[in-house]
Amino acid sequence: MENLIWIFVSALLVNNFTLSYFLGLCPFLGVTSRLETAFRLGLANIFVMVITAICSYALNTWVLPYAPYLRLITFIIVIASSVQFVEMAVKKLSPELFKALGIFLPLITTNCAILGLALFATNKGYGFVEGIVYALGAGGGVTLALALLASIREETRLMDIPDLVKGTALNLIIAGIISMAFMGFAGLFSAT
Amino acid sequence: MSAEEFLKGLWKENPVFVAVLGMCPALAVTNSAINALAMGLATTFVLVSSSLLVSLFRNIIPKQVRITAYIVIIATFVTVVDFLLAAYTPVVHKELGAFIALIVVNCLILGRQEAFASKNRAGLALADALGMSFGFTFALLCIGVIREVLGNGSLFGIGVFGEGYEPWVIMILPPGGFFALGFLLLAFNGVTERRKNKAKLKDLN
Repeated sequence: MENLIWIFVSALLVNNFTLSYFLGLCPFLGVTSRLETAFRLGLANIFVMVITAICSYALNTWVLPYAPYLRLITFIIVIASSVQFVEMAVKKLSPELFKALGIFLPLITTNCAILGLALFATNKGYGFVEGIVYALGAGGGVTLALALLASIREETRLMDIPDLVKGTALNLIIAGIISMAFMGFAGLFSAT
Repeated sequence: MSAEEFLKGLWKENPVFVAVLGMCPALAVTNSAINALAMGLATTFVLVSSSLLVSLFRNIIPKQVRITAYIVIIATFVTVVDFLLAAYTPVVHKELGAFIALIVVNCLILGRQEAFASKNRAGLALADALGMSFGFTFALLCIGVIREVLGNGSLFGIGVFGEGYEPWVIMILPPGGFFALGFLLLAFNGVTERRKNKAKLKDLN
């Protein structure tokens, strides 16, 4: 149990996917102009990550021991197609959830954070439950980073900023400062 | 014609500074110049080979499944690079870790296949891919050099400032990546802006 909490908090704060591994930066910089959208994107991310964790566990257990060189190809294809299936199922079963996640589901599939999750979980040798907890932590971390950046960007909209700085350059510097703040969490576990 | 396709990737349409594509590797592995160079070269290999293949097969691949086909092609070449690096330069491979495998989802590569290689003949696609990947490697090197010089006081592992230099450790940690790219983008914007103004001034005169 303690191990699971450790995995969760570590993926959520200390080794945050966006802020310390730089995964999923495209949506991080592209879709964070509004808090609402950023938050939904984050939710969709958690959702896809959990499916990914399940898929990669299944692949690692039943397929890849026989053909390790197929790892990348199978990960990408299986994850992309299962997200499609789940998307169809969600659309049928829970239209509200589908509306909330919307267009983001298919977009997220090709996000590097998703493949990164599958690869990291494999490298760390996580089992089924550990994998899901890791996915929840990583997805939560991405959501947190997205929401933070989006809130700050909403605030900067009314500020008087030189044209030269506006756009990606400013977002990156804000992200750097958030990332610096997150480094403080590294101290959480050094005591234990 | 080909030269133009080649040159545009270096500056005018530089994938990192202008299009802001392929950010994950641009920030994640650039904490030293040598890692940045290795990542740039690995991406170059993947982009050039898959562009060539996609361009050669552009009339055979059915429209409906083209993205999947591109991904399979890219993933194949990434697997090749992954094994090559693991065999010949195990140290670099270990440093770059999962980020070599993550070249698959570098949006720059898929973007070039969709936007260029699938519509042009092999020679042009090759020129475009080479230009784009050199532009990418150049950008990565810029970030890597800045981060290593400031964060470690060295360049390609050789000290540049001597003993008395207190390294800015933050630059080789994750936030340094964001800062380095942020300020580089600022500089890039500044240079482009000045050129534009100069051109305007010339027009007026």
